[in-house]
Amino acid sequence: MSFEVRIRKRVEGGGRRFELSVAFATDARRTVVHGPSGAGKSLTLQAIAGLLKPDEGTIRIDGKPVFDSASRIDVPARQRGLGYLFQDYALFPQLTVRQNIAFALKRGWLNPSRHDGGEAVDRWIQAFELERVAQQRPHQLSGGQRQRTALARALVNEPRALLLDEPFSALDPELRGRMRTELDMLLERVGIPMLMISHDPEDVARFGDRRILLRDGTVHAES
Amino acid sequence: MEPAWIALALSLKVAGWATALNLVLGVAAGFALARLRFPGRELLDAVLTLPMVLPPTVLGYYLLVVIGKRGWLGAWLWDRFGINLIFTWQGAVIAATIVAFPLVMRSARAAFEGVDPQLERAARVLGLGEWALFFRVTLPMAWRGVLAGVLLAFARALGEFGATLMVAGSIPGKTQTLSVAVYEAVQAGQDDTANLLVLIVSVTCVVVLLAAGRLAGPRSVR
Repeated sequence: MSFEVRIRKRVEGGGRRFELSVAFATDARRTVVHGPSGAGKSLTLQAIAGLLKPDEGTIRIDGKPVFDSASRIDVPARQRGLGYLFQDYALFPQLTVRQNIAFALKRGWLNPSRHDGGEAVDRWIQAFELERVAQQRPHQLSGGQRQRTALARALVNEPRALLLDEPFSALDPELRGRMRTELDMLLERVGIPMLMISHDPEDVARFGDRRILLRDGTVHAES
Repeated sequence: MEPAWIALALSLKVAGWATALNLVLGVAAGFALARLRFPGRELLDAVLTLPMVLPPTVLGYYLLVVIGKRGWLGAWLWDRFGINLIFTWQGAVIAATIVAFPLVMRSARAAFEGVDPQLERAARVLGLGEWALFFRVTLPMAWRGVLAGVLLAFARALGEFGATLMVAGSIPGKTQTLSVAVYEAVQAGQDDTANLLVLIVSVTCVVVLLAAGRLAGPRSVR
């Protein structure tokens, strides 16, 4: 598993101008891109996922370009084969846990029904111990259950790597520690390569087989 | 059948069509204004909101200029297809559609702008194309606001008077809607008919407003 990122993006808004110009490559199983808030971590992650179009540059996953401004390649997010764990999990509030997990497996213009999904969904629900809450909605879940639901939803269609956007930043310190341990354990079990962005030194220590420090929109240090 | 009920049936038909048309046009315009970034977006919003604030007679005049027999669109329709819209119930539908349009467009825009962009990003990463995204994530998150606007539009279309009178006239059983019939009844001194008509309109509008308020009100589920 490898990521090669070399992109530029200029963003303006709210009277503020920000220039992102990052270049790094990693083939580690677990990479953390870290740095203070406003360093450009989120933009970088969104560009890799295909949610943000860089002004120029290239992004390669496993050597294959998913974005290349010179040859006008821009693979849409839905075809990049990446899982994404959002900061606040971004679970669909009107759908049950089971429907959330089955979401990516269901094609077409209708959401999965309460019992859709089949064996793959059952397997993830069991693996992440979500049986008891499978028919509940996200707002009825505990923080840990939400994280596991979001993770199951991201993993159910077997992405080649998982992107994580500050997964613990919204939590209080005690819960944060517990969730970090749990996520670490689950990811080890699943064995999926990951790239995380975080401003938290503890995340870097725990997940950073390889570490890339961003500051003011550029790569400041690598280790 | 009593003339009052004929007028009510016609009003419901006209308002129903106007609402159905706005369900497509108003929702599409609201979505475009919420999502697309282009110069002159707020100006377009203001222009499209005009029917809400312009005097209905001004609107009726504009409509005559456009779809009248000598209007630029009306003349073409007549020459090409032999279609005349003036003094027809279809003309009343057009007037009601335009008058009610901003109500749907504005609530749809606000509702779409209130959808958490993070949820749409999540759906894209999970493999959804843009149409599936709209029907599976955006619309389910915004439907309350959209529907509240649609109900208001229905009530507004039901009560439409000025533009309708100018475009469709007041032909009993053909283009005489409930609100026009009220005017005619009062003019003719038929107080009994007027009372009945006014009562029907009032009750219908209260019911619609209650429903709209319920939909737009606080949510029981986040």
